[in-house]
Amino acid sequence: MSVRERITLKQGAGGRAMRALIGEVFVEGLAAPVAPGDVGLADLDDGAAVRIGDRWLVATTDAHVVHPRFFPGGDIGRLAVAGTVNDLAMMGVTDAVMLTLAVVIEEGFPRADLERVAASIRATCAEAGVRIMTGDTKVMGKGEVDGLVLTTTGVGLTDRVVTDRGLVAGDRILVTGTMGDHGLAVLAARGNLALDVELVSDVAPLNGLVRVALDAGGDAITAMKDPTRGGLASALHEMADKAGVAVMLDEAAVPIRPDVRAVGELLGIDPLHVANEGKVVMGVRADRAEAVLAAVRAHPLGRDAALIGTVVAEPPGRVVVDTGFGRRLLVEPEGEPLPRIC
Amino acid sequence: MSDPATSEMRFRDPARAKALGARLAELVAAAGRPISVMHVCGSHEQAIARYGLRAAFPRGLDVTMGPGCPVCVTDLPEIDEAVALARAGVRVATYGDMLKVPGTAMSLADAQAEGARIDVVYSVAQAVELARATRDPIVFFASGFETTAVATAAVLVSDPPPNFTVLSAHKYIPPVMEIVAEMPGAKVEGFLAAGHAATITGSAIFDAFAAQHRRPVVVAGFEPLDVLAGLVALVELVVAGEARAVNCYPRCVTAEGNKVAQALLWRVFQPIGGRWRGIAHVPSGNLRLRDEFAHVDARRRFDIDVASLWQMAPPALVEHCVCGDIMAGIAAPRDCSLFGRACTPDTPVGACMVSSEGTCRIWHQYGGVPDLVQLGARPDAARAP
Repeated sequence: MSVRERITLKQGAGGRAMRALIGEVFVEGLAAPVAPGDVGLADLDDGAAVRIGDRWLVATTDAHVVHPRFFPGGDIGRLAVAGTVNDLAMMGVTDAVMLTLAVVIEEGFPRADLERVAASIRATCAEAGVRIMTGDTKVMGKGEVDGLVLTTTGVGLTDRVVTDRGLVAGDRILVTGTMGDHGLAVLAARGNLALDVELVSDVAPLNGLVRVALDAGGDAITAMKDPTRGGLASALHEMADKAGVAVMLDEAAVPIRPDVRAVGELLGIDPLHVANEGKVVMGVRADRAEAVLAAVRAHPLGRDAALIGTVVAEPPGRVVVDTGFGRRLLVEPEGEPLPRIC
Repeated sequence: MSDPATSEMRFRDPARAKALGARLAELVAAAGRPISVMHVCGSHEQAIARYGLRAAFPRGLDVTMGPGCPVCVTDLPEIDEAVALARAGVRVATYGDMLKVPGTAMSLADAQAEGARIDVVYSVAQAVELARATRDPIVFFASGFETTAVATAAVLVSDPPPNFTVLSAHKYIPPVMEIVAEMPGAKVEGFLAAGHAATITGSAIFDAFAAQHRRPVVVAGFEPLDVLAGLVALVELVVAGEARAVNCYPRCVTAEGNKVAQALLWRVFQPIGGRWRGIAHVPSGNLRLRDEFAHVDARRRFDIDVASLWQMAPPALVEHCVCGDIMAGIAAPRDCSLFGRACTPDTPVGACMVSSEGTCRIWHQYGGVPDLVQLGARPDAARAP
């Protein structure tokens, strides 16, 4: 069996290789044609949208595995709820109708840990104002699954669908806070790095923050994406690629916590290449950019928000970084710096 | 003043960079002809790529990377020696960068996949710890320029355990600069020398070189401002026709260098001639253990059967690899048909794609087009407001 016939970790890392795998294996056979304005599988967006009457029904689904399961700032339960709430929010849904939860547990998994995860799920649901309305539980034999896998689905309604493909030349790029916090916190929490600092994940439900931004920006918010796996680098590439535009990033404007930057330099890992679980990257029409920025900054989860770049026409699909000294391409990470982090 | 945040600010100040960039542009414009200089250090290329300097260099200034990656210039027979030892069942400890460097028929990573025991270490000291913790013979496959060789030497003079030996692929940088300077077709008019290596050798070692080869040498550090200031000094010397050595890294480098380290280096190693991969035979370019250290020299302790590897067929793509020309500064990664396609960090064909100090690896890490010219991006029109 050749290398091409086995799935590699790189194909799950959120970058080009993952999009290729999904395209070849799933989109090819499964993607049904969708009505104009709807969002389907082939769009590879954060969720799907189907027009019902004068509104859109939006659904999204996510499987969650993370090591370690409990990390500074969160755990797998909080990650699962926030991840799904956020994927809905990226489509414009800020008040989900319901969430579902499927749990796959490995034989021998500590009950206390399961209860701790359940408590975290409950707390995060309360924070986001969402309810889990149905679910499923399976227990697998020892070694048949790695500890705990959570799968969450979210459903909601919206008057306006925001996609990740709407960037237009001239738009400003806004991020709602510091980059790389979750990815580097989880890497540092893996234990063998012997660091003196404790980095904290940013995992949080963002529907409240997104509501504030949409209220301030309306149609001027042209695209949204949460920069999870693959970090800001992958999110911007995907947005630029889908819209056929380029992004010019002002490196000095990208907010990065000093401890995250320091650990990143130490490990040789670019904070722009690792996951965020509590941040949004959005395109905003230039004339509304400052107003949206002010609204986002007024929200507790958006205090470090910044305008970090501009959408330009050329060269399509590329992200160019202005370092202050010169310019270079930002590349998409080609795999995880270390095994799974979200 | 010892606050690292403050010192970082001092050497990463974009406003000063702009002034230096403007001075470079002015110098090249005044010269009225293209100017070509070479640096010989992967860390310089890293700084240039990371900060996007290549896209900001004036048109007419060509800054190429020469043989500045010790892993990349490790010759096939040297890799073969390590592979042969590992395949013969000897535990080989080495730096992670060395794992995927292709030998004649295979790399250490290939040997490992076949069952050989390879230990990746971050320092020679760690390899010694490994030897102390086991009774297995441990061969440390040592690579690196004189900076790293000093660390190896320090270990060898302080009674390593009897099961510890060294297979030296250490290289000495000054002689190869002479080779590259005199290569037919070389357009290089001046050299940017590596600041960290010069902390050992001192900057005065380049005086004779500059005079003899009629080319200026500037010793420079690794922050973006170090690189730019070094290039300004170098281009000034080129334009003025002054073939001398200048130290632009005085906060770390002295004229005479680190005498203690030099004494240690030459007590343990002797320079001998040998091939640098893809470049040439370099007289005095290889550092080998002196006779007094025969007891820790893997070449003398083991019977290394490299000939068996030479019976195997080399991988087919190798004939298209232009690593040699890239390391000699004659070609750039963009000139290679394999770059970024058949040859990537996951599946390297040539050594330059393996090491984090290799030109191809560095270019690949930052998108493969460091001057952005091929993208057709209009640099000034595209600038963020």
